[in-house]
Amino acid sequence: MSGAALIRVDSVRKNYGEFTALENVNLSVFQGEKIVVCGPSGSGKSTLIRCINGLERHDAGTITFDGEELYASGVSLTRIRRHVGMVFQNFNLFPHLSVLENCILAPKRTQGISDAQARERARGYLDRVHILDQADKYPGELSGGQQQRVAIARALCMEPRAMLFDEPTSALDPEMIGEVLDVMTDLAESGMTMICVTHEMGFARRVADRVVFMDRGSIMETSQPDEFFANPQTERAAAFLQKLLHL
Amino acid sequence: MEFDTQVFWSALFSAAYLKGALITLSLTVIGHATAIVVSLPMALVLNGSNRIARTLASGYVLVFRAVPQLLLLLFVWNALPQFIPIFREPWFNPFLAAWLALSLNEAAYQVEINRSALRSVDHGQGAAGIALGLTYTDVFRFIVFPQAARIAIAPTVNEFITLLKITSLASVISLQELMTVTQIEVARTFQFSEYYLAALIYYLVMVFTLMAIQKRVERRFSWARSGMPGATGGAR
Ligand SMILES: Nc1ncnc2c1ncn2[C@@H]1O[C@H](COP(=O)(O)OP(=O)(O)O)[C@@H](O)[C@H]1O
Ligand SMILES: [Mg+2]
Repeated sequence: MSGAALIRVDSVRKNYGEFTALENVNLSVFQGEKIVVCGPSGSGKSTLIRCINGLERHDAGTITFDGEELYASGVSLTRIRRHVGMVFQNFNLFPHLSVLENCILAPKRTQGISDAQARERARGYLDRVHILDQADKYPGELSGGQQQRVAIARALCMEPRAMLFDEPTSALDPEMIGEVLDVMTDLAESGMTMICVTHEMGFARRVADRVVFMDRGSIMETSQPDEFFANPQTERAAAFLQKLLHL
Repeated sequence: MEFDTQVFWSALFSAAYLKGALITLSLTVIGHATAIVVSLPMALVLNGSNRIARTLASGYVLVFRAVPQLLLLLFVWNALPQFIPIFREPWFNPFLAAWLALSLNEAAYQVEINRSALRSVDHGQGAAGIALGLTYTDVFRFIVFPQAARIAIAPTVNEFITLLKITSLASVISLQELMTVTQIEVARTFQFSEYYLAALIYYLVMVFTLMAIQKRVERRFSWARSGMPGATGGAR
């Protein structure tokens, strides 16, 4: 692909005290690309995702979004976050707000749109994740799969230019994984730029342009999904895939 | 000595008692409201990372939890005017002194309630708000505070009831609250049971009303049947 990357991670290091969670991480994601990130637990996948939207601050290297460098003077992190949606493993819906209120809070507070506009937009996205009929319920009244679909709709209500997913299905009961992956696949087909941390290999094969394998804070390899699953380049990736198959 | 029903009823409906109860109630409401306003930023500071501010706040809590309310009341009323001339002026009355003393004291207790309520809100909530591009102020106002407030309701009402009773100590600085009024009447007539019973009824009514309000507020704040998110499956 040509042109500038939408998201660019350059030589990034992240420490937690003495511990190095990310070491020399490089990743460029272009508009419309879908990246699947996988790797063993503790390999730094969440840390990478959280550094990209500034939930964690990296210690060395640079991260840019649409040409704007995070933490550079004059660059507002809050404004960048409004263009980058994030979906968490534990959904993190706001339990004191109804599904609809979860979806309209941020657009109303940050985009200066009216309540009516925000509601209309929210209904549109809730419909898109097939959960419009639950709009007036509270998160605690929904199943895990439903909650995660609401979380996706809530992020989409900001009309972001990219979406980050951090193991969106790993807290779900198995029978609910499909409904969330379907929504994500639909989103991918609509052209959204996506970085997904997931171990759902079927999803990776269907959707990913590239699979990134991380281990011990570094990116060990980046390949096309078919290539990655058939011929992992590193021993660690091969061992990781072996384990995943025998789960 | 016979129980004089007549005396009891007239005490119960006397202007002095009613006024005393109103002073008790307003001192409690104003004092506790002040304490909450003071203790909220203090709780944020104590949960925060600014070391100097944290040390100052914990010093405050330490001192004001250690000082007996009686001593604090007497200090503010009698000793403070010695150090600070403006407190010598006529506007500084027992009500203001009691308000100042009890707010300072109550803030030290309320701060612990606020703190643990704020802490009980999952970190993911703030992260989700920040990730949506909300400002820190909005995250606090719309996400963290409402959830912490629900947790804080019950212990806060408990504190309020305790404070309501503590206001009776203000009789030592001659504030005409309910207990002072009662003691004046008893000293005048030696009819203990009639006047004590009337006072007791005022306290009971005030406390029971508060508890009823607490129930209603708590019901209004219980947003979902099953409570917290992630009802099905948690983090692995
Ligand atoms: N806030 C933190 N403080 C200290 N260590 C952390 C923190 N967050 C993550 N880590 C450590 O960083 C490493 C990478 O964590 P993480 O990015 O969550 O891994 P993954 O998402 O791949 O499982 C782990 O060893 C984890 O213990
Ligand atoms: Mg993780």
